[in-house]
Amino acid sequence: MTGQGTGTVMPAPAEQAPAVPRFYRVASRREDTDDTVTVELTEPDGPVPAFAPGQFAMLTALGIGEVPISVSGLGDGGGGRARLLEHTLRAVGAVTRALCAAQPGGLIGVRGPFGTGWDVASAAGRDLVIVAGGIGLAPLRPVVLTALADRSRYGRIVLLAGARTPGDLLYGGELDRWRRAGVEVAVTVDQADSGWSGEVGLVTALIKPAGLAPGNSVAFICGPDIMMRVTADALAALGIPAGRIRVSLERNMRCGAAWCGHCQLGPLLVCRDGPVVGYDRAAALMRVREL
Amino acid sequence: MIETVAARISAHPFFAALTDEQRAALAEDGAAVTFTAGGRLFDEGGIADRFWLIEDGGIALDMRVPGRGDQIIETMGAGAVLGWSWLHPPYRWHFGAVARVDTTAIEFEAPSVRRRCDADPAFGYAALRLFTPVITERLQATRLRLLDLYASAAQVRQRETQQADT
Repeated sequence: MTGQGTGTVMPAPAEQAPAVPRFYRVASRREDTDDTVTVELTEPDGPVPAFAPGQFAMLTALGIGEVPISVSGLGDGGGGRARLLEHTLRAVGAVTRALCAAQPGGLIGVRGPFGTGWDVASAAGRDLVIVAGGIGLAPLRPVVLTALADRSRYGRIVLLAGARTPGDLLYGGELDRWRRAGVEVAVTVDQADSGWSGEVGLVTALIKPAGLAPGNSVAFICGPDIMMRVTADALAALGIPAGRIRVSLERNMRCGAAWCGHCQLGPLLVCRDGPVVGYDRAAALMRVREL
Repeated sequence: MIETVAARISAHPFFAALTDEQRAALAEDGAAVTFTAGGRLFDEGGIADRFWLIEDGGIALDMRVPGRGDQIIETMGAGAVLGWSWLHPPYRWHFGAVARVDTTAIEFEAPSVRRRCDADPAFGYAALRLFTPVITERLQATRLRLLDLYASAAQVRQRETQQADT
């Protein structure tokens, strides 16, 4: 999903009653792909808590269940004054199908913020290398928005995104706006269709043509575990230190408050010590079969 | 022209592991070429008598699928090496290749390079050491794509159902 290892203290997990959801109203709903929806949530009874890019919430579909979902936007354009929560959800099970089906005006339970964030501010003065695989682009969207909102603080912003097919690519129109705003966006798909004129291949194939400056780059990676591993290894081989490569781990988050242990990954409880973890800590853990 | 190609080969990191003499020999088999967007470099099944170092632009590898036209399998851009079917019999292209955009490259005469490899085992070994990482990298990337990592559970089920139906 999105964690620690970056050395920065993130906002405390849900200060009050972290096990009790607050109810948010669906302000808007947008279908991004056939099975992916972005919902904007507002809290009817007060301000939206301060989520940081990379942190996650436990979202409840009433009467069905609860799932961990990283924030994909804070309604602030990255400016740091959250007006609402944006979550991009893929319908893969009963809970996410119900959340995806929620219509404007409906209620969704929210617990959080939980976990560590991308800590974009600590990358000030450096190039941002953002690598997304599939729906992994969603937790990385706030990184792009945060950097664009304070553009002069960062060097190049390079976004490399891989998708299964052109139809599975998230935020198509937004990618064009980011390009116009100076983000170097490269996209590749695993399977092209007849209308696709872009790149075809693994997302790591985009790294070399990007002409990165490893000595001055911080990398943010989110996607399936294997994709993150091969991408992080490729960036490390290029010369980006593992401590400046951040990955967002996804494990079986339940309580969100480091009580239950379901999300344990070796010495980490991913809901507290992650989801964003430096690759210097994550690399060995991601290779242990039993974890 | 040979001097120009020689200089480009000498400056390119792909050939960095070769000796000056080996790079000079390779340059004798190389020529600068350009392809306009849409231009076809080769067709599946054709004789694999060349390979290219892409300097600028982009190439798509494709395969003709009945009823679906030319399906793009992979794209490659500046810095990529295109073509290794010339290395082993039957010296036939397994895929087609077309320029996606205006493209410049260094084109090598594969039969001549092969003759140099046969005549000078040190040169041949060095050439193989250049190409093996390229082949390995593409193989690993292809294996990872076979995992269909971005597929949802529903997409995996759909694929398995389709496979069971065939």
